[in-house]
Amino acid sequence: MDPTTLPATLAETRDDFLALEVPDRLQLLLEFSNELPELPERYADHPDLFERVVECQSPVFIFVEVVDGIVHLFATAPAEAPTTRGFASILVQGLDGLTVQQVLDIPADYPQSLGLGAAVSPLRVRGMTGMLARAKRQLRERVAAQVAGA
Amino acid sequence: MSAEFDAAPKLAEYAHPERLVTTDWLAAHLGEPGLVVVESDEDVLLYETGHIPGAVKIDWHTELNDPVVRDYVNAEQFAALLGSKGISRDSTVVIYGDKNNWWAAYALWVFTLFGHEDVRLLDGGRDLWIAEGRELTTAAPDVTPVEYPVVERDDRAVRAFKDDVLVHLGNPLIDVRSPEEYTGERTTAPAYPEEGALRAGHIPTAASVPWARAAAADGTFKSRDELDAIYRGEVGLEDGDDVIAYCRIGERSSHTWFVLTHLLGFEKVRNYDGSWTEWGSAVRVPIVTGAERGEVPAR
Repeated sequence: MDPTTLPATLAETRDDFLALEVPDRLQLLLEFSNELPELPERYADHPDLFERVVECQSPVFIFVEVVDGIVHLFATAPAEAPTTRGFASILVQGLDGLTVQQVLDIPADYPQSLGLGAAVSPLRVRGMTGMLARAKRQLRERVAAQVAGA
Repeated sequence: MSAEFDAAPKLAEYAHPERLVTTDWLAAHLGEPGLVVVESDEDVLLYETGHIPGAVKIDWHTELNDPVVRDYVNAEQFAALLGSKGISRDSTVVIYGDKNNWWAAYALWVFTLFGHEDVRLLDGGRDLWIAEGRELTTAAPDVTPVEYPVVERDDRAVRAFKDDVLVHLGNPLIDVRSPEEYTGERTTAPAYPEEGALRAGHIPTAASVPWARAAAADGTFKSRDELDAIYRGEVGLEDGDDVIAYCRIGERSSHTWFVLTHLLGFEKVRNYDGSWTEWGSAVRVPIVTGAERGEVPAR
């Protein structure tokens, strides 16, 4: 992975995880899980805008917003699915405020670089990979729609 | 040392009431010497958000499976795991979990492979405990590691492999997956991740009984009469039958294995844990699509 293309927050998150012993990585993931922000009011009543991430075992929905070329990711997942919430929270924090190109340049295998395979199992990490892929696809669609509408 | 059995009237109807405890029983027995409560969930972090006081966690994926070979842990690994959780060979183990005890039943089944004698499920699991407003804590339990003996796993009695299923064809088979998986419309449960089966459908002659039919709305097991009506009435299982249950990776079918073995008293029930992720990718095994059970293939 080329460190120059990995945005600062995501790089920091990765380094934080890798600095910990495996059991402590779970605790950090739990902290992320608890930090997943509530949806802003303008989206709270619009479940129709959100896309389900079917790669995750638990119901998690994401929505990408682009304002003046800057990306914001919103996600919602139930409290009974803390692992999925943790994955979503890492991406919500890591993508927020990036440019479209910066998000598209995030390596698709970023979730595998966090050292969570042993802590939560590679199969579960796949859910986060799906989330990132879907966020990027939504982003391409938003940009295409904005170009078409301009 | 073994904890007393739960004498709740609902449990007494089942073939082996000693395999279940009610939330009332557990609340009254928490902290008793010889009793270890184990939480086993689908979500690897759920335990950390709050668990029954004193309960230890066992994760199906990272602790019960071998990290390299597709198999369960071996005798040494199992002994080390249980010892580290403070479980002795004579401990009474009560397992509970999320999702109607899917993973709890799976863990119980793995304990059975190693012949752990006194292992029970909490009827209703984590959700019922919470719904009843009972106490949860995030405090780590005070665990004193103990010695658990190295006991070889016995895969003969309750576990079936692919070749066992092939020779079993013609005897009762229960497919506990969703109807969409059974008919072959899809290879995974609705809204579950793709785990890589190449073909869709079911094993010829398998009856479709989605696992959740055994669960009541509150996550407890349905009554003996209701379960008999499904498995004996609809499916036609009879005493003495040799039964194999399967799903996608063996977890949902552990739930059905528990129902058939411990609640209804069938003595020869095996769980095919390779399940659809193996069968649906194996070369030249027979597969049937559609809603009909299909015929035993000519050999």
